[in-house]
Amino acid sequence: MSCTVHIPSPLRSYTDGAHRVPAEGATLGEVLSSLEARFAGIRFRVVDEQSRIRPHIRFYVNTREASELSAPVGSGDTVHVICALSGG
Amino acid sequence: MASTLWIGTRKGAFRLRPDAHRRNWRLSGPQFLGHIIHHIVQDPREPRVLLMAAKTGHLGPTVYRSSDRGHTWREAAQPPAFRKAADGEPARAVQKVFWLTPGHSSERGTWYAGSSPAGLFRSEDGGERWEPIAGFNDHPMLSRWVGSGTPDGELLHSINIDPRDRNHLYLAISAGGVFESSDGGADWTPLNEGCAADFLPDPNAPYGHDPHCVALHPRAPDRLYQQNHCGIYRLDRPARRWERIGAAMPKSIGDVGFPIVLHPVDPDTAWVLPMDGQTVWPRTSIGGKPAVYRTGDGGRRWRRLDSGLPRSQAWLTVLRQAMCTDDRLARVGVYFGTTGGEVWASPNDGERWRCIARHLPEIYSVTHAV
Repeated sequence: MSCTVHIPSPLRSYTDGAHRVPAEGATLGEVLSSLEARFAGIRFRVVDEQSRIRPHIRFYVNTREASELSAPVGSGDTVHVICALSGG
Repeated sequence: MASTLWIGTRKGAFRLRPDAHRRNWRLSGPQFLGHIIHHIVQDPREPRVLLMAAKTGHLGPTVYRSSDRGHTWREAAQPPAFRKAADGEPARAVQKVFWLTPGHSSERGTWYAGSSPAGLFRSEDGGERWEPIAGFNDHPMLSRWVGSGTPDGELLHSINIDPRDRNHLYLAISAGGVFESSDGGADWTPLNEGCAADFLPDPNAPYGHDPHCVALHPRAPDRLYQQNHCGIYRLDRPARRWERIGAAMPKSIGDVGFPIVLHPVDPDTAWVLPMDGQTVWPRTSIGGKPAVYRTGDGGRRWRRLDSGLPRSQAWLTVLRQAMCTDDRLARVGVYFGTTGGEVWASPNDGERWRCIARHLPEIYSVTHAV
């Protein structure tokens, strides 16, 4: 299944500056694997070695938060990656 | 030989280059603006190569590698990471790569990395792909060695390799203690006898200590120095009992601090930067009057070196990676960076100090490269 992933500015060094990239997959995990295949290193910055979403990263599929890598992604969906910072 | 100081900060990497007299320094950078840079280390076996330990406030930790003296950088293909946890095991994830050490001179391309939570990793391809060292990370005693509950998690640092034996390794965990391996990291033994751990109920605890920085002398590898949370120590192997050489520091100063740095050839000479460890541990220069102390006799005597440093109201904090010496054999350059973003330099063994950079972000590391 094809979807579009919105890439936030902290991750655009991996996508050559692209804000939106196409990806494949029926789950969030598969979408991230698809991104990793094209943009090596991107997955580990947002998912740790135990396959947990990192503490200050949030994913949304369209407008629904996806808190697990097993979250479904449908054809034509948009995946948003949100990076949270606080303080200076 | 040309020198460079690499400055790792909470907001990126900078470098300082001196003129021939080390009088005027030119700042360049930042590189990786906004990234948290814990350590930048040159490979002495291949001086064009540098590794950098980095992360950001939101993204996971990684390592960057340069093969052109820091002009361009490329991310490791497989950054340090713990193995996948089995069912029922604690699922550890590297929060930050905190420390980098080049491997033994006979093992070109080999590097070690230390992390928080305490993890030890090895690369055999110049920092491109990292593997966890099971002998340490899965050691049955590890959960007892660490676990002091420090706010930022325990830190694995001060990975030292015996230049005579690539399988003889030391490391330190803050808090956890100093540990030694004689088999390339397959097994580890605590090495903390003689060190105080005033915060523990057992004065003779075998582990749980808080070594802030441990350095092995490259020309006299049986000699180790340690700046501990509870004092300054020296150990001459094969002895296993650390001697508190900080006892010779002035009582009004004490012997608390983070870094300890060594002379490139003289094993009797070392520098420390004492900090206030009273009451709630402000960890600032004592009385607002920063000073470096140097020993030239293995810690029997210490001399205050504050010429050129602020005379009052200067509440500096200098972290464990943020002090270094250069490779001059006489009139050694000594350098430190503060959490307030200043870099101070002495071109003459610490005798006279000058601020060579200010207004930088919080400084985490200052390392010398040629």
